[in-house]
Amino acid sequence: MALTRLKSKDLLGLEELSPEEIALILDQAASFKEVVQRPVKKVPALRGKTVVNLFFEPSTRTSTSFSLAATRLSADVVNIATTASSITKGETLLDTVRVVEAMNLSVLIMRHTHSGSAALVAKALKASVVNAGDGMHEHPTQGLLDLYTIREHKGRLEGLEVAVIGDIAHSRVARSNIWGLTKLGARVRLCGPATMLPRELEKLAPGKVKCFTRIEEAVEGADVVNMLRLQLERQKRNLFPSTREYSRLYCLTSERLKLAQPGCLVLHPGPMNRGIEISSGVADGVQSAITEQVTNGVAVRMAVLYLLAGSENPEVAA
Amino acid sequence: MSGILIKNARIIDPSQGLDGKADVLVQDGKVLACGPKVAAPAGAAVVDAAGLWLLPGLVDLHVHLREPGGEGKETIASGARAAAAGGVTSVVAMPNTNPPIDNQALVELVKAKGRSEGVVSVFPAGCITKGRLGQELAEIGELAKSGAVAVTDDGSPVMNAELMRRALEYAGMFNLPVIQHCEDSNLAGEGVMNEGAVSARLGLRGLPKAAESVMVARDLILCEMTGSHLHLAHLSSAKSVDLVRQAKRRKVRVTCETAPHYLALTDDILRERPYDTLCKMNPPLGDEQDRLALVAGLQDGTIDAIATDHAPHGSLDKNVEFNLAAFGVLGLETSLALVLDQLVRPGFLTASQAVDKLSCSPARIFSLAGKGSLAPGSDADLCLVDPEESWVVDPEKFQSKSRNTPFAGATFKGRVKRTMAGGKWVFPES
Repeated sequence: MALTRLKSKDLLGLEELSPEEIALILDQAASFKEVVQRPVKKVPALRGKTVVNLFFEPSTRTSTSFSLAATRLSADVVNIATTASSITKGETLLDTVRVVEAMNLSVLIMRHTHSGSAALVAKALKASVVNAGDGMHEHPTQGLLDLYTIREHKGRLEGLEVAVIGDIAHSRVARSNIWGLTKLGARVRLCGPATMLPRELEKLAPGKVKCFTRIEEAVEGADVVNMLRLQLERQKRNLFPSTREYSRLYCLTSERLKLAQPGCLVLHPGPMNRGIEISSGVADGVQSAITEQVTNGVAVRMAVLYLLAGSENPEVAA
Repeated sequence: MSGILIKNARIIDPSQGLDGKADVLVQDGKVLACGPKVAAPAGAAVVDAAGLWLLPGLVDLHVHLREPGGEGKETIASGARAAAAGGVTSVVAMPNTNPPIDNQALVELVKAKGRSEGVVSVFPAGCITKGRLGQELAEIGELAKSGAVAVTDDGSPVMNAELMRRALEYAGMFNLPVIQHCEDSNLAGEGVMNEGAVSARLGLRGLPKAAESVMVARDLILCEMTGSHLHLAHLSSAKSVDLVRQAKRRKVRVTCETAPHYLALTDDILRERPYDTLCKMNPPLGDEQDRLALVAGLQDGTIDAIATDHAPHGSLDKNVEFNLAAFGVLGLETSLALVLDQLVRPGFLTASQAVDKLSCSPARIFSLAGKGSLAPGSDADLCLVDPEESWVVDPEKFQSKSRNTPFAGATFKGRVKRTMAGGKWVFPES
């Protein structure tokens, strides 16, 4: 029997998902992508349910994307943007989310500065928890929308060579990419300065993940290049000497892109530092799928919300 | 006084080279006789301990009793009861309290409370520096005079090498061991667990084992230079064991301890139990290579003692994001069981060697007179252990005020049945 639900009540990371569950989400996203291209972009799948977007870090695109996804599924949506430090002293994260849960929500979407915070909250709540990024750990819906975009362009993930380039150590996008891509049969090349490239990540999927410090080696023959945003404040921690040197060594330029497979797809989770990790020519070029990623993000998030909290009957959606 | 005669136990006391069936007679808080077939004086209470092990009371060189300042987590009274429940009859209380134990009055306070409220012997350690700030030496002479048995800024390392040199020179005049919390703060950074495959997977900031061993290496050089007694707390890594082993070959005056959790767990536990803050301690759990090196270090005498680093914390400190959770685990009530389980039953240490690491050797290296031995004239501190009894760790039944153990629900074989301190039965409470 084909899989129609996710095993867990929560989406905390791609590490926990089976390849079948990931495929289920991507397939569901495809039918929602069709929905959002209709003149009336709304289905009743989550009517009467409440979705809370609780963001402890500033975010425009992810929070908007989730909010829009929930709205298009007819859920009632509450957006709470705060910072971890603005939570009243003496109140813990669990106190905060229990207050929110007491208002009878179905899904809590949470972004938080600390790795593992989504898991902590999921264990304490009956409601579904969707991790919208926890510290340096995972950002599963970004990983899923990257997979979706690649699959849409390449028709498959199996056998592809995907380079993920930038500050790997601190990147939740990198970790979700590693899990999702390797589970679906792609190989991952991680590339960045040695100061931001934990080689132990190769052990997450032995034989399928390889680390590089030279961008040319990582890009050569790649089918997809996913560029990560450089957090400029890392310079103060001596992880790289200057943005100038970083861009000399790691900027994806059109010359470097020529080393990749013809038709290599270029991704970036945004927001971009143009001229630092990616040149404007590449970002706006024909191989770039960066704006499509944003469109696909809404469909993927609709699929996740639907599969976690939607009707038992999948027919309602499409 | 009529005394108590404990008969028929297997007495394991490496301080006297004793391991066999024998009797112990205690009177007026001291051991009066220890050997085969001790006769009961008129009126003595006789305890038949057939089938049990009788050990000199355990001596734990590294305990956080949290008083003054952290009484919600532990008090001298509750920590001493927890010690008794674990067969521990002497504890060295770490001075990282609030205020820190950096002057004579506070040493006196801990001693007085230990005497009046503690059911076991409480030996205060004083600070190396005023306020534990790592800036100026505390009045180490006064601390020694008032009864501190060692000095340490535990919880924080002494980062300034020159200050550490002076601390060793100065404390050496009073024959006080200087205990270092081995951690290079810069290398440790904001790390919250061992740097390795598991930290990379969980996206948690790694604390490299080099942070410990870099400091061990530096302090061994300073120890060699000054000739004073350096004691390295809670060693957790293979590299550190190796450095101490080499130093001991050169007769450097160093002693060291490790903690039971480093012998039982590795950072892989956080892969099985992601973000479980009960597995967060400092130094962090190492990898399997570290664990095996610590066992080898105990076997060949590189590591002198097993001390728990008993670190009580409440749920507000632990039931939070991993990055924000307090470092530390309880130890007193599970240490003997863990050592039997991890070291004795698999054959890494004999029972006698284990008792040496848990009692005789720590008493000896910290010069705790009358402790760690059942030889006549010693303090009547002992515990009776049923080596065969299986039990399940239930933190709700702990004597400690805190519950933060990673071993809740674990089944151990070997259980402390009764503990005597100063000639009085202190566990179980009558």
